[in-house]
Amino acid sequence: MSAVLSVTSLRKQYGATVAVDGISFEVRRREIVGLLGPNGAGKTTTINMILGVLAPDSGAVLIDGMDLAAHRSHALERTNFAAVYSPLPGNLTVLQNLRFFGLIYGVADLTARIEAVLTQFDLDKFRHTRCGVLSSGEQTRVSLAKAMLNHPNLLLLDEPTASLDPSVARDIREKIREFTLRGQGGVLWTSHNMNEVEEVCDRVLFLSRGKILLEGNPRQLPAAHGKATLEELFIAVAREPLTLGPE
Amino acid sequence: MNPKRTGAIVLRQFYLLRGSPARILPMFAWVAIDIVLWGFITRYLNTVASSGFNFIPAMLGAVLLWDFLVRVMQGITTAFFEDVWSRNFLNIFATPLSISEYVGGLVLSSIATSGVGLAAMLLLATTVFGLSFFVYGLLLVPFLLVLFLFGVALGVFGCAVVLRLGPSAEWLIWPVPALLSPLACVFYPLSALPVPMQYIARVLPPSWVFEAMRKVVEGGSPAPLALLWGSGLAVFYILLAGWFFTRIYRHAVRSGLIARYSAESVS
Repeated sequence: MSAVLSVTSLRKQYGATVAVDGISFEVRRREIVGLLGPNGAGKTTTINMILGVLAPDSGAVLIDGMDLAAHRSHALERTNFAAVYSPLPGNLTVLQNLRFFGLIYGVADLTARIEAVLTQFDLDKFRHTRCGVLSSGEQTRVSLAKAMLNHPNLLLLDEPTASLDPSVARDIREKIREFTLRGQGGVLWTSHNMNEVEEVCDRVLFLSRGKILLEGNPRQLPAAHGKATLEELFIAVAREPLTLGPE
Repeated sequence: MNPKRTGAIVLRQFYLLRGSPARILPMFAWVAIDIVLWGFITRYLNTVASSGFNFIPAMLGAVLLWDFLVRVMQGITTAFFEDVWSRNFLNIFATPLSISEYVGGLVLSSIATSGVGLAAMLLLATTVFGLSFFVYGLLLVPFLLVLFLFGVALGVFGCAVVLRLGPSAEWLIWPVPALLSPLACVFYPLSALPVPMQYIARVLPPSWVFEAMRKVVEGGSPAPLALLWGSGLAVFYILLAGWFFTRIYRHAVRSGLIARYSAESVS
Protein backbone atom coordinates (compact mmCIF):
# COMPACT_ATOMS: atom_id res chain seq x y z
CA MET A 1 0.00 0.00 0.00
CA SER A 2 1.45 3.40 -0.94
CA ALA A 3 1.42 6.26 1.54
CA VAL A 4 -1.17 9.06 1.30
CA LEU A 5 0.61 10.86 4.11
CA SER A 6 4.29 10.83 4.79
CA VAL A 7 5.60 12.88 7.70
CA THR A 8 9.36 13.17 8.11
CA SER A 9 11.25 14.60 11.10
CA LEU A 10 8.47 17.06 11.88
CA ARG A 11 9.33 19.48 14.66
CA LYS A 12 7.60 22.47 16.26
CA GLN A 13 8.80 24.46 19.21
CA TYR A 14 6.99 27.31 21.04
CA GLY A 15 9.59 29.23 23.02
CA ALA A 16 11.24 26.70 25.31
CA THR A 17 8.45 24.13 24.84
CA VAL A 18 8.96 21.47 22.20
CA ALA A 19 5.42 20.59 21.08
CA VAL A 20 6.41 18.09 18.38
CA ASP A 21 9.90 16.64 18.47
CA GLY A 22 11.04 15.29 15.12
CA ILE A 23 8.32 12.72 14.50
CA SER A 24 8.10 10.57 11.37
CA PHE A 25 5.24 8.34 10.31
CA GLU A 26 3.07 7.33 7.36
CA VAL A 27 -0.60 6.77 6.66
CA ARG A 28 -1.19 4.30 3.83
CA ARG A 29 -4.14 3.99 1.50
CA ARG A 30 -7.19 2.32 3.04
CA GLU A 31 -5.62 2.51 6.45
CA ILE A 32 -6.94 4.16 9.61
CA VAL A 33 -4.15 5.30 11.88
CA GLY A 34 -4.93 6.40 15.42
CA LEU A 35 -2.86 9.25 16.82
CA LEU A 36 -3.13 8.78 20.56
CA GLY A 37 -1.73 10.53 23.56
CA PRO A 38 -2.60 12.58 26.63
CA ASN A 39 -3.66 16.20 26.41
CA GLY A 40 -0.74 18.36 25.32
CA ALA A 41 1.11 15.43 23.74
CA GLY A 42 1.28 17.19 20.37
CA LYS A 43 -1.58 15.53 18.47
CA THR A 44 -3.42 18.69 17.42
CA THR A 45 -0.14 20.47 16.69
CA THR A 46 0.75 17.60 14.36
CA ILE A 47 -2.65 17.75 12.64
CA ASN A 48 -2.39 21.53 12.26
CA MET A 49 0.99 21.15 10.55
CA ILE A 50 -0.45 18.54 8.18
CA LEU A 51 -3.32 20.93 7.39
CA GLY A 52 -0.90 23.74 6.57
CA VAL A 53 -2.25 26.12 9.21
CA LEU A 54 0.89 25.79 11.31
CA ALA A 55 4.36 25.97 9.83
CA PRO A 56 6.81 23.40 11.19
CA ASP A 57 10.26 24.55 12.34
CA SER A 58 11.71 21.66 10.35
CA GLY A 59 10.66 18.47 8.63
CA ALA A 60 8.42 17.69 5.71
CA VAL A 61 4.80 16.72 5.07
CA LEU A 62 4.02 14.88 1.83
CA ILE A 63 0.37 14.36 0.89
CA ASP A 64 -0.05 11.89 -1.96
CA GLY A 65 3.65 12.39 -2.64
CA MET A 66 3.21 16.17 -2.88
CA ASP A 67 5.25 18.45 -0.64
CA LEU A 68 2.79 20.56 1.36
CA ALA A 69 5.24 23.44 1.73
CA ALA A 70 5.87 23.69 -2.02
CA HIS A 71 2.43 22.73 -3.41
CA ARG A 72 0.03 23.79 -0.66
CA SER A 73 -3.15 24.18 -2.73
CA HIS A 74 -2.70 20.97 -4.73
CA ALA A 75 -1.84 18.96 -1.62
CA LEU A 76 -4.83 20.32 0.33
CA GLU A 77 -7.23 19.60 -2.54
CA ARG A 78 -6.64 15.94 -1.68
CA THR A 79 -7.15 16.45 2.03
CA ASN A 80 -10.03 17.29 4.33
CA PHE A 81 -10.68 17.32 8.03
CA ALA A 82 -13.26 17.43 10.78
CA ALA A 83 -12.48 18.52 14.30
CA VAL A 84 -14.78 18.79 17.26
CA TYR A 85 -13.34 22.24 18.09
CA SER A 86 -13.89 23.64 14.60
CA PRO A 87 -17.59 23.54 13.69
CA LEU A 88 -18.73 25.03 10.40
CA PRO A 89 -20.05 28.62 10.47
CA GLY A 90 -23.32 28.67 12.39
CA ASN A 91 -24.73 31.57 10.37
CA LEU A 92 -24.92 29.51 7.16
CA THR A 93 -27.34 26.65 6.48
CA VAL A 94 -26.10 23.11 5.99
CA LEU A 95 -26.59 23.39 2.24
CA GLN A 96 -24.85 26.78 2.04
CA ASN A 97 -21.87 25.50 4.02
CA LEU A 98 -21.53 22.43 1.83
CA ARG A 99 -21.76 24.50 -1.37
CA PHE A 100 -19.25 27.04 -0.06
CA PHE A 101 -16.66 24.44 0.93
CA GLY A 102 -17.41 22.32 -2.13
CA LEU A 103 -16.47 25.25 -4.38
CA ILE A 104 -13.30 25.89 -2.43
CA TYR A 105 -12.26 22.23 -2.68
CA GLY A 106 -13.11 22.19 -6.39
CA VAL A 107 -15.60 19.31 -6.09
CA ALA A 108 -16.78 18.05 -9.46
CA ASP A 109 -20.55 17.79 -10.02
CA LEU A 110 -21.06 19.58 -6.72
CA THR A 111 -24.86 19.51 -6.54
CA ALA A 112 -24.99 15.72 -6.90
CA ARG A 113 -22.15 15.27 -4.43
CA ILE A 114 -23.89 17.48 -1.86
CA GLU A 115 -27.05 15.37 -2.20
CA ALA A 116 -24.98 12.23 -1.71
CA VAL A 117 -23.36 13.38 1.53
CA LEU A 118 -26.65 14.79 2.85
CA THR A 119 -28.14 11.32 2.43
CA GLN A 120 -25.04 9.55 3.71
CA PHE A 121 -25.01 11.52 6.96
CA ASP A 122 -28.79 11.68 7.35
CA LEU A 123 -28.83 15.46 7.03
CA ASP A 124 -31.50 15.86 4.41
CA LYS A 125 -34.09 17.30 6.80
CA PHE A 126 -31.57 19.91 8.01
CA ARG A 127 -30.50 21.15 4.56
CA HIS A 128 -32.05 24.60 5.09
CA THR A 129 -31.27 24.82 8.81
CA ARG A 130 -28.53 27.14 10.02
CA CYS A 131 -25.70 25.08 11.46
CA GLY A 132 -25.61 27.20 14.63
CA VAL A 133 -28.99 25.89 15.79
CA LEU A 134 -28.17 22.21 15.26
CA SER A 135 -27.29 19.98 18.22
CA SER A 136 -23.59 19.26 18.70
CA GLY A 137 -24.06 15.76 17.31
CA GLU A 138 -25.79 17.11 14.21
CA GLN A 139 -23.03 19.70 13.77
CA THR A 140 -20.45 16.93 13.92
CA ARG A 141 -22.32 15.10 11.16
CA VAL A 142 -22.29 18.28 9.03
CA SER A 143 -18.53 18.62 9.62
CA LEU A 144 -18.04 15.01 8.56
CA ALA A 145 -20.21 15.53 5.48
CA LYS A 146 -18.02 18.51 4.55
CA ALA A 147 -14.91 16.41 5.24
CA MET A 148 -16.09 13.71 2.81
CA LEU A 149 -17.28 16.16 0.15
CA ASN A 150 -14.13 16.12 -1.99
CA HIS A 151 -13.44 12.35 -1.72
CA PRO A 152 -10.22 13.14 0.14
CA ASN A 153 -7.24 10.86 -0.16
CA LEU A 154 -6.23 11.94 3.31
CA LEU A 155 -8.88 12.47 5.97
CA LEU A 156 -7.87 14.03 9.29
CA LEU A 157 -10.30 13.50 12.14
CA ASP A 158 -9.64 15.13 15.49
CA GLU A 159 -11.95 13.46 18.03
CA PRO A 160 -14.77 13.17 15.49
CA THR A 161 -17.13 11.25 17.77
CA ALA A 162 -16.50 13.23 20.97
CA SER A 163 -19.95 14.83 21.05
CA LEU A 164 -21.98 11.96 19.66
CA ASP A 165 -24.20 9.49 21.49
CA PRO A 166 -23.01 5.86 21.32
CA SER A 167 -25.48 4.89 18.62
CA VAL A 168 -24.59 7.78 16.28
CA ALA A 169 -20.90 7.35 17.09
CA ARG A 170 -21.05 3.72 15.98
CA ASP A 171 -22.81 4.74 12.79
CA ILE A 172 -20.13 7.34 12.08
CA ARG A 173 -17.34 4.82 12.73
CA GLU A 174 -18.95 2.48 10.22
CA LYS A 175 -19.12 5.24 7.63
CA ILE A 176 -15.48 6.10 8.07
CA ARG A 177 -14.52 2.42 7.91
CA GLU A 178 -16.54 2.20 4.70
CA PHE A 179 -14.68 5.25 3.38
CA THR A 180 -11.37 3.42 3.63
CA LEU A 181 -12.69 0.09 2.38
CA ARG A 182 -14.37 1.45 -0.74
CA GLY A 183 -12.05 4.27 -1.70
CA GLN A 184 -8.37 5.03 -1.93
CA GLY A 185 -8.22 7.24 1.13
CA GLY A 186 -6.36 6.95 4.41
CA VAL A 187 -7.41 8.36 7.76
CA LEU A 188 -5.47 9.90 10.64
CA TRP A 189 -7.74 9.77 13.67
CA THR A 190 -7.33 11.14 17.17
CA SER A 191 -9.54 9.97 19.96
CA HIS A 192 -9.54 9.48 23.73
CA ASN A 193 -12.00 6.62 23.45
CA MET A 194 -9.77 3.54 23.49
CA ASN A 195 -12.60 1.11 22.74
CA GLU A 196 -13.33 3.08 19.61
CA VAL A 197 -9.67 3.11 18.62
CA GLU A 198 -9.41 -0.65 19.08
CA GLU A 199 -12.51 -1.14 16.96
CA VAL A 200 -11.60 1.21 14.13
CA CYS A 201 -7.86 1.72 13.79
CA ASP A 202 -5.53 -0.56 11.87
CA ARG A 203 -2.52 0.94 13.56
CA VAL A 204 -1.90 3.40 16.39
CA LEU A 205 0.86 5.83 17.25
CA PHE A 206 1.27 6.79 20.90
CA LEU A 207 2.50 10.34 21.22
CA SER A 208 3.90 11.76 24.43
CA ARG A 209 5.74 15.04 24.93
CA GLY A 210 5.97 15.48 21.19
CA LYS A 211 7.57 12.11 20.44
CA ILE A 212 6.15 8.85 19.13
CA LEU A 213 6.68 6.36 21.95
CA LEU A 214 4.90 3.31 20.58
CA GLU A 215 3.48 2.15 17.30
CA GLY A 216 1.54 -0.94 16.36
CA ASN A 217 -1.72 -2.84 16.09
CA PRO A 218 -4.10 -1.56 18.81
CA ARG A 219 -5.33 -5.09 19.49
CA GLN A 220 -1.83 -6.50 20.04
CA LEU A 221 0.06 -3.54 21.50
CA PRO A 222 -1.29 -3.76 25.11
CA ALA A 223 -0.18 -7.37 25.58
CA ALA A 224 3.21 -6.64 24.05
CA HIS A 225 3.76 -4.07 26.80
CA GLY A 226 2.31 -6.09 29.67
CA LYS A 227 -1.04 -4.32 29.82
CA ALA A 228 -4.51 -5.82 29.71
CA THR A 229 -6.20 -3.14 27.63
CA LEU A 230 -5.39 -0.25 25.33
CA GLU A 231 -6.79 2.11 27.98
CA GLU A 232 -4.29 0.80 30.55
CA LEU A 233 -1.52 1.27 28.03
CA PHE A 234 -2.75 4.82 27.35
CA ILE A 235 -2.67 5.63 31.08
CA ALA A 236 0.83 4.19 31.37
CA VAL A 237 1.99 6.34 28.45
CA ALA A 238 0.42 9.41 30.02
CA ARG A 239 1.86 8.79 33.49
CA GLU A 240 5.16 7.04 32.89
CA PRO A 241 6.25 7.80 29.33
CA LEU A 242 9.93 7.16 30.16
CA THR A 243 9.27 3.49 30.96
CA LEU A 244 7.68 2.90 27.55
CA GLY A 245 10.11 4.58 25.18
CA PRO A 246 11.04 3.05 21.83
CA GLU A 247 13.19 -0.02 22.14
CA MET B 1 -5.72 32.02 -8.95
CA ASN B 2 -8.78 29.80 -9.08
CA PRO B 3 -11.91 31.91 -9.85
CA LYS B 4 -14.23 29.30 -8.32
CA ARG B 5 -12.54 29.66 -4.95
CA THR B 6 -12.66 33.44 -5.14
CA GLY B 7 -16.31 33.16 -6.19
CA ALA B 8 -17.00 30.98 -3.15
CA ILE B 9 -16.03 33.85 -0.85
CA VAL B 10 -18.42 36.16 -2.73
CA LEU B 11 -21.18 33.52 -2.64
CA ARG B 12 -20.73 33.10 1.10
CA GLN B 13 -21.16 36.86 1.54
CA PHE B 14 -24.27 36.77 -0.65
CA TYR B 15 -25.75 33.96 1.49
CA LEU B 16 -25.10 35.98 4.64
CA LEU B 17 -26.62 39.16 3.22
CA ARG B 18 -29.64 37.41 1.76
CA GLY B 19 -30.72 35.98 5.07
CA SER B 20 -30.01 38.97 7.26
CA PRO B 21 -31.74 42.38 7.27
CA ALA B 22 -29.20 43.45 9.90
CA ARG B 23 -26.49 43.10 7.26
CA ILE B 24 -28.48 44.56 4.36
CA LEU B 25 -29.70 47.75 6.07
CA PRO B 26 -26.25 49.23 6.84
CA MET B 27 -25.26 48.87 3.17
CA PHE B 28 -27.39 51.87 2.28
CA ALA B 29 -29.08 53.24 5.40
CA TRP B 30 -26.10 55.06 6.98
CA VAL B 31 -24.88 56.55 3.71
CA ALA B 32 -28.43 57.66 2.90
CA ILE B 33 -28.65 59.40 6.29
CA ASP B 34 -25.32 61.12 5.55
CA ILE B 35 -26.61 62.35 2.20
CA VAL B 36 -29.85 63.63 3.73
CA LEU B 37 -28.00 65.41 6.54
CA TRP B 38 -25.41 67.03 4.25
CA GLY B 39 -28.02 67.69 1.62
CA PHE B 40 -29.92 69.95 4.02
CA ILE B 41 -26.72 71.52 5.34
CA THR B 42 -25.57 72.45 1.84
CA ARG B 43 -29.04 73.77 0.93
CA TYR B 44 -28.95 75.96 4.01
CA LEU B 45 -25.40 77.15 3.23
CA ASN B 46 -26.52 78.07 -0.29
CA THR B 47 -29.22 80.32 1.17
CA VAL B 48 -26.99 82.12 3.69
CA ALA B 49 -23.77 82.44 1.67
CA SER B 50 -23.54 85.76 -0.09
CA SER B 51 -20.85 84.63 -2.55
CA GLY B 52 -23.27 82.70 -4.74
CA PHE B 53 -21.00 79.67 -4.48
CA ASN B 54 -22.90 76.39 -4.97
CA PHE B 55 -22.11 74.17 -2.00
CA ILE B 56 -24.00 71.16 -3.34
CA PRO B 57 -21.40 69.80 -5.77
CA ALA B 58 -18.52 70.85 -3.50
CA MET B 59 -19.77 69.50 -0.19
CA LEU B 60 -22.53 67.00 -0.94
CA GLY B 61 -20.39 65.56 -3.75
CA ALA B 62 -17.47 65.31 -1.34
CA VAL B 63 -19.60 63.49 1.24
CA LEU B 64 -20.78 61.06 -1.42
CA LEU B 65 -17.26 60.31 -2.64
CA TRP B 66 -15.87 59.96 0.89
CA ASP B 67 -18.72 57.66 1.96
CA PHE B 68 -18.00 55.54 -1.12
CA LEU B 69 -14.39 55.08 0.04
CA VAL B 70 -15.58 54.19 3.55
CA ARG B 71 -18.06 51.64 2.14
CA VAL B 72 -15.33 50.02 0.04
CA MET B 73 -13.08 49.68 3.07
CA GLN B 74 -15.85 48.38 5.32
CA GLY B 75 -17.08 46.01 2.61
CA ILE B 76 -13.73 44.26 2.83
CA THR B 77 -13.33 44.36 6.59
CA THR B 78 -16.88 43.18 7.34
CA ALA B 79 -16.52 40.26 4.90
CA PHE B 80 -13.33 39.35 6.78
CA PHE B 81 -14.99 39.87 10.18
CA GLU B 82 -17.61 37.28 9.19
CA ASP B 83 -14.82 34.69 9.46
CA VAL B 84 -13.64 36.22 12.73
CA TRP B 85 -17.13 36.27 14.24
CA SER B 86 -17.93 32.70 13.17
CA ARG B 87 -14.45 31.46 14.24
CA ASN B 88 -14.00 30.04 10.80
CA PHE B 89 -10.25 30.55 10.27
CA LEU B 90 -9.27 26.93 10.76
CA ASN B 91 -11.94 25.73 8.31
CA ILE B 92 -11.02 28.40 5.75
CA PHE B 93 -7.24 28.31 5.89
CA ALA B 94 -6.96 24.51 6.02
CA THR B 95 -8.43 24.39 2.50
CA PRO B 96 -6.70 24.83 -0.90
CA LEU B 97 -7.75 28.50 -0.84
CA SER B 98 -4.74 30.76 -1.35
CA ILE B 99 -4.31 34.15 0.28
CA SER B 100 -4.70 35.97 -3.05
CA GLU B 101 -7.95 34.06 -3.74
CA TYR B 102 -9.25 34.87 -0.27
CA VAL B 103 -8.38 38.57 -0.43
CA GLY B 104 -9.66 38.70 -4.03
CA GLY B 105 -13.00 37.34 -2.79
CA LEU B 106 -13.16 39.98 -0.05
CA VAL B 107 -12.51 42.74 -2.62
CA LEU B 108 -15.17 41.40 -5.01
CA SER B 109 -17.67 41.19 -2.14
CA SER B 110 -16.87 44.79 -1.33
CA ILE B 111 -17.44 45.91 -4.93
CA ALA B 112 -20.95 44.49 -4.72
CA THR B 113 -21.83 45.94 -1.31
CA SER B 114 -20.23 49.36 -1.89
CA GLY B 115 -21.95 49.49 -5.29
CA VAL B 116 -25.32 49.23 -3.55
CA GLY B 117 -24.34 52.07 -1.20
CA LEU B 118 -23.12 54.21 -4.10
CA ALA B 119 -26.34 53.64 -6.03
CA ALA B 120 -28.44 54.65 -2.99
CA MET B 121 -26.36 57.80 -2.49
CA LEU B 122 -26.52 58.78 -6.17
CA LEU B 123 -30.25 58.30 -6.23
CA LEU B 124 -30.86 60.49 -3.17
CA ALA B 125 -28.28 63.15 -4.00
CA THR B 126 -29.50 63.64 -7.56
CA THR B 127 -33.26 63.29 -7.12
CA VAL B 128 -33.75 65.01 -3.75
CA PHE B 129 -30.90 67.54 -3.66
CA GLY B 130 -30.26 68.13 -7.34
CA LEU B 131 -26.61 67.11 -7.31
CA SER B 132 -25.55 66.86 -10.94
CA PHE B 133 -22.58 64.69 -11.78
CA PHE B 134 -22.26 66.43 -15.12
CA VAL B 135 -20.39 69.07 -13.08
CA TYR B 136 -17.50 66.63 -12.66
CA GLY B 137 -17.70 65.31 -16.20
CA LEU B 138 -15.59 62.29 -17.06
CA LEU B 139 -13.31 63.06 -14.14
CA LEU B 140 -15.83 61.32 -11.92
CA VAL B 141 -14.40 58.00 -13.17
CA PRO B 142 -10.80 58.59 -11.96
CA PHE B 143 -12.16 60.16 -8.75
CA LEU B 144 -14.12 56.98 -7.96
CA LEU B 145 -11.28 54.74 -9.10
CA VAL B 146 -8.64 56.34 -6.86
CA LEU B 147 -10.97 56.30 -3.87
CA PHE B 148 -11.92 52.68 -4.59
CA LEU B 149 -8.27 51.62 -4.73
CA PHE B 150 -7.42 53.43 -1.52
CA GLY B 151 -10.53 51.96 0.15
CA VAL B 152 -9.30 48.48 -0.85
CA ALA B 153 -5.85 49.24 0.60
CA LEU B 154 -7.36 50.44 3.89
CA GLY B 155 -9.64 47.39 4.04
CA VAL B 156 -6.84 44.89 3.48
CA PHE B 157 -4.67 46.74 6.01
CA GLY B 158 -7.52 46.62 8.55
CA CYS B 159 -7.94 42.86 8.04
CA ALA B 160 -4.22 42.34 8.65
CA VAL B 161 -4.34 44.34 11.89
CA VAL B 162 -7.27 42.27 13.20
CA LEU B 163 -5.58 39.04 12.13
CA ARG B 164 -2.48 40.06 14.08
CA LEU B 165 -4.05 41.64 17.17
CA GLY B 166 -7.17 39.53 17.57
CA PRO B 167 -10.94 39.98 17.22
CA SER B 168 -11.17 42.86 19.68
CA ALA B 169 -8.91 44.92 17.37
CA GLU B 170 -11.91 45.45 15.09
CA TRP B 171 -12.67 48.43 17.35
CA LEU B 172 -9.41 49.96 16.14
CA ILE B 173 -10.47 49.53 12.52
CA TRP B 174 -13.98 51.00 12.50
CA PRO B 175 -12.78 54.57 13.25
CA VAL B 176 -9.93 54.56 10.69
CA PRO B 177 -11.88 56.61 8.07
CA ALA B 178 -12.84 59.17 10.72
CA LEU B 179 -9.18 59.45 11.75
CA LEU B 180 -8.10 60.00 8.14
CA SER B 181 -10.87 62.39 7.08
CA PRO B 182 -9.29 65.59 8.51
CA LEU B 183 -6.11 64.80 6.56
CA ALA B 184 -7.94 63.75 3.40
CA CYS B 185 -9.16 67.35 2.91
CA VAL B 186 -12.70 66.19 2.15
CA PHE B 187 -14.37 69.54 2.87
CA TYR B 188 -11.59 72.13 2.75
CA PRO B 189 -8.55 72.79 0.60
CA LEU B 190 -5.14 71.43 1.48
CA SER B 191 -3.96 74.98 2.18
CA ALA B 192 -6.35 75.15 5.15
CA LEU B 193 -4.20 72.66 7.04
CA PRO B 194 -1.11 73.61 9.04
CA VAL B 195 2.05 72.98 7.02
CA PRO B 196 3.16 69.78 8.86
CA MET B 197 -0.29 68.26 8.30
CA GLN B 198 -0.13 69.23 4.63
CA TYR B 199 2.88 66.93 4.22
CA ILE B 200 0.82 64.01 5.57
CA ALA B 201 -2.19 64.98 3.44
CA ARG B 202 -0.08 64.95 0.30
CA VAL B 203 0.73 61.24 0.74
CA LEU B 204 -2.96 60.34 1.03
CA PRO B 205 -4.64 59.67 -2.36
CA PRO B 206 -8.06 61.13 -1.34
CA SER B 207 -6.56 64.60 -0.76
CA TRP B 208 -5.55 64.68 -4.45
CA VAL B 209 -9.05 63.65 -5.49
CA PHE B 210 -10.81 66.23 -3.34
CA GLU B 211 -8.42 68.99 -4.41
CA ALA B 212 -9.13 68.12 -8.05
CA MET B 213 -12.86 67.96 -7.39
CA ARG B 214 -12.93 71.45 -5.87
CA LYS B 215 -10.94 72.77 -8.82
CA VAL B 216 -13.56 71.36 -11.20
CA VAL B 217 -16.45 72.79 -9.17
CA GLU B 218 -14.81 76.21 -9.25
CA GLY B 219 -14.80 75.99 -13.02
CA GLY B 220 -11.12 75.16 -13.52
CA SER B 221 -9.49 71.93 -14.55
CA PRO B 222 -7.16 69.96 -12.28
CA ALA B 223 -3.55 69.39 -13.25
CA PRO B 224 -3.35 65.95 -14.95
CA LEU B 225 -0.39 65.14 -12.76
CA ALA B 226 -2.50 65.59 -9.63
CA LEU B 227 -4.77 62.65 -10.40
CA LEU B 228 -1.83 60.64 -11.64
CA TRP B 229 -0.17 61.18 -8.27
CA GLY B 230 -3.36 60.14 -6.51
CA SER B 231 -3.63 56.98 -8.62
CA GLY B 232 0.04 56.14 -8.16
CA LEU B 233 -0.22 56.54 -4.40
CA ALA B 234 -3.38 54.41 -4.28
CA VAL B 235 -1.68 51.58 -6.22
CA PHE B 236 1.35 51.87 -3.93
CA TYR B 237 -0.88 51.54 -0.84
CA ILE B 238 -2.63 48.50 -2.29
CA LEU B 239 0.71 46.78 -2.87
CA LEU B 240 1.83 47.79 0.62
CA ALA B 241 -1.39 46.48 2.19
CA GLY B 242 -1.10 43.19 0.25
CA TRP B 243 2.49 42.78 1.40
CA PHE B 244 1.48 43.61 4.99
CA PHE B 245 -1.41 41.10 4.99
CA THR B 246 0.79 38.35 3.55
CA ARG B 247 3.46 39.05 6.15
CA ILE B 248 0.95 38.97 9.01
CA TYR B 249 -0.61 35.76 7.63
CA ARG B 250 2.79 34.08 7.44
CA HIS B 251 3.52 35.14 11.00
CA ALA B 252 0.15 33.70 12.04
CA VAL B 253 1.00 30.38 10.37
CA ARG B 254 4.44 30.30 12.00
CA SER B 255 3.15 31.15 15.45
CA GLY B 256 0.05 28.96 15.32
CA LEU B 257 -2.27 31.95 15.57
CA ILE B 258 -4.50 30.79 12.70
CA ALA B 259 -5.15 27.46 14.36
CA ARG B 260 -6.11 28.92 17.75
CA TYR B 261 -7.47 32.32 16.79
CA SER B 262 -9.67 33.86 19.44
CA ALA B 263 -9.85 36.93 21.64
CA GLU B 264 -8.15 35.02 24.41
CA SER B 265 -5.27 33.60 22.39
CA VAL B 266 -4.00 36.85 20.93
CA SER B 267 -2.47 39.71 22.82
